Amino acid sequence: MIERIIVHTLVSGGVFAILAIGFSLIFGVARVLNMAHTAFFALAAFGTFYLLSSVVGLELAVAPAIIIVVIIVGLLGMLVYKLVINPVREHHAAVLLITIALAMIIEEVLVWRFGGQNRTLRFLVPGSVDIFGITIVNQNLLTLGVVAAAIVAVWLILSKTKLGVAIRAVANDTEIAGLMGINASRVLMITMGIATVLAAIAGVVMAPLTTIVPGMWASPLMTVMVVVIIGGLGSIKGSIIGAFILGLVSAVSVIDPLALLRGGGAYLNMTFTLAAMVIVLIVRPSGLFGTLFEEEKL
Amino acid sequence: MLRRLLKNFRYGVIPVPGRVIAVVFFLFLYLFPVISGHPLYMRMFLFASIFAIFAVSWDLLSGYTGLVNFGHALFFGVAAYTTGLLYKFLGWPPSVTIPLAVLAAVAAGVLTCFPALKLRGPYLSLLTLAFPLMLLGIVMFFREYTGAEYGIPGLPSIAGSQTGEYYICLIAMTASVLIMWKITDAGSKYIRTGLIFHAIREDEIAARASGINTIRYKMLAFAIGGFFAGLAGALYAHTQGIVSISTLNLTMSFQAVIWVIFGGIVSIYGGVVGVYTLYPLVFLSRRVQSLFSTMQEALPNVAATVPLAKILEFLRELAGRPYLVLAVIVILILLFMPEGIAVWIRNKIERECPRCKLSNAAWRRTCRACGASLR
Repeated sequence: MIERIIVHTLVSGGVFAILAIGFSLIFGVARVLNMAHTAFFALAAFGTFYLLSSVVGLELAVAPAIIIVVIIVGLLGMLVYKLVINPVREHHAAVLLITIALAMIIEEVLVWRFGGQNRTLRFLVPGSVDIFGITIVNQNLLTLGVVAAAIVAVWLILSKTKLGVAIRAVANDTEIAGLMGINASRVLMITMGIATVLAAIAGVVMAPLTTIVPGMWASPLMTVMVVVIIGGLGSIKGSIIGAFILGLVSAVSVIDPLALLRGGGAYLNMTFTLAAMVIVLIVRPSGLFGTLFEEEKL
Repeated sequence: MLRRLLKNFRYGVIPVPGRVIAVVFFLFLYLFPVISGHPLYMRMFLFASIFAIFAVSWDLLSGYTGLVNFGHALFFGVAAYTTGLLYKFLGWPPSVTIPLAVLAAVAAGVLTCFPALKLRGPYLSLLTLAFPLMLLGIVMFFREYTGAEYGIPGLPSIAGSQTGEYYICLIAMTASVLIMWKITDAGSKYIRTGLIFHAIREDEIAARASGINTIRYKMLAFAIGGFFAGLAGALYAHTQGIVSISTLNLTMSFQAVIWVIFGGIVSIYGGVVGVYTLYPLVFLSRRVQSLFSTMQEALPNVAATVPLAKILEFLRELAGRPYLVLAVIVILILLFMPEGIAVWIRNKIERECPRCKLSNAAWRRTCRACGASLR
């Protein structure tokens, strides 16, 4: 019982964490609220399914398929940023609308080309192991390992490389960074690429653990928004902590809904998580670790 | 009285092409049941009227004051469920439940306003986005009262016939749009709200420094927005005959935003143009699709027509996905015509006199009132 909750918390918390880091990164650096973030997640899950299954007759091995999907989705994210998001970056309402429209386009194209039926993918790695008497399927271990590696990689990029310094400089002050010789719009595009790659990785490792449908972006988007609001928009540490809090909530509600919530509990679950977000927004808009920019204060 | 109206029409409407188009458009809508009365198109224009109220109320709240509300469906859904529940459990007629539903929507607007006063920018948008979804969860939970995904069916119609419904909704639309136009008219000598809403959007601190109680006016904007969105929601429930969860979901909120942005934000008439252009697009997608298939069948079966047939096949499939077309249109409009299509056209066909600020047709060389040169 308790060990199932721990495993579920770690796995769903980890996936939420890399989704939320990507979402938070692009907001923190470019001030872009990317509502299409989880649409890239869905796209990656679809890509994994079709490269691995026999439907389109490719049936690649697992490792090349994953790499191809992540690279293509990442490039697509950069292309989309360059073409449609960058021109309207200054107007937050326009950004929200454009990215929602992008998510709609991705969903509609997926329905159009592949149909809206449910799909399930076999586990990427078979078998299971026993740790301290708990049986964990290898897929969950792979997910955890990939998530941990991705988080460490992002942290290394941001803190140790020249690119990371440039990204943080642009996040701090785009104009001054431009004066210091940083090509701000290219740095923003690369940041968007990193964020999208994170979403794609989440999609790849989540594909075998969930049902793959074109509309699978909406519900994670809500969760990710709640996570980054609780953790603080723009803060990576906050995103990780918020993700594991939400992972615990989802683990408890999936495995043993409280007696009160049985039946329609899943719906009230959404109401309660959103209520938590609203309360955080009202009481402490910057979240646990975020910073509020001067022009957004009242 | 009549002579003054005629004089106004002769000198105030005829010389300005935008106003002529508006008058012709409303004449067309009012005469449509007489000219054609085709039930399908009647239904289309009926819903377009209701959604026009909804879209323009979003423009008044979010376009003018800059409080970008991404959960406008809250007011629509609250009103729809209020009138539905009152009918289901108390059996009251629409003439009683619709006003009560509108009041409930105003209350929802004022309640949303309290947390919204503390936030701005993307934070406000995220906050408002959450409210209709929270209510949706509650509606799904109390399924024995709300019917969850089956909704509350069997609501009575507001009029005996389709023509009656059509005229009630059309008159409600005309009246609402006129009232909202007057409220937001920044040049008015009698009502200051329009000017103050503009001031709040442009620089709230400066507005406060000039002695305007901005909090009161923001609350007013939420209340007015809620009022008209609620009116639209209640009318929608009764013309559909059913209250369903679609009144509360994300698509409903975004549609209002999409319509207004397409037509032109901060203009009132932009929302009307947006709804009457885009709603038929979605409504008639099946018809367009069958039109394409008949065209395909009519093609002679020779090799030269193969590319044409492929194009038709593509268009037919595209017509089956109206929301895809809608999303692409939204992106194109935001990138290349951010002021909206109605405002863009108006700027093409009208020119403001630099001296007396009157609108003139773009093809005039001199102002129609003061004779100043327009070039």
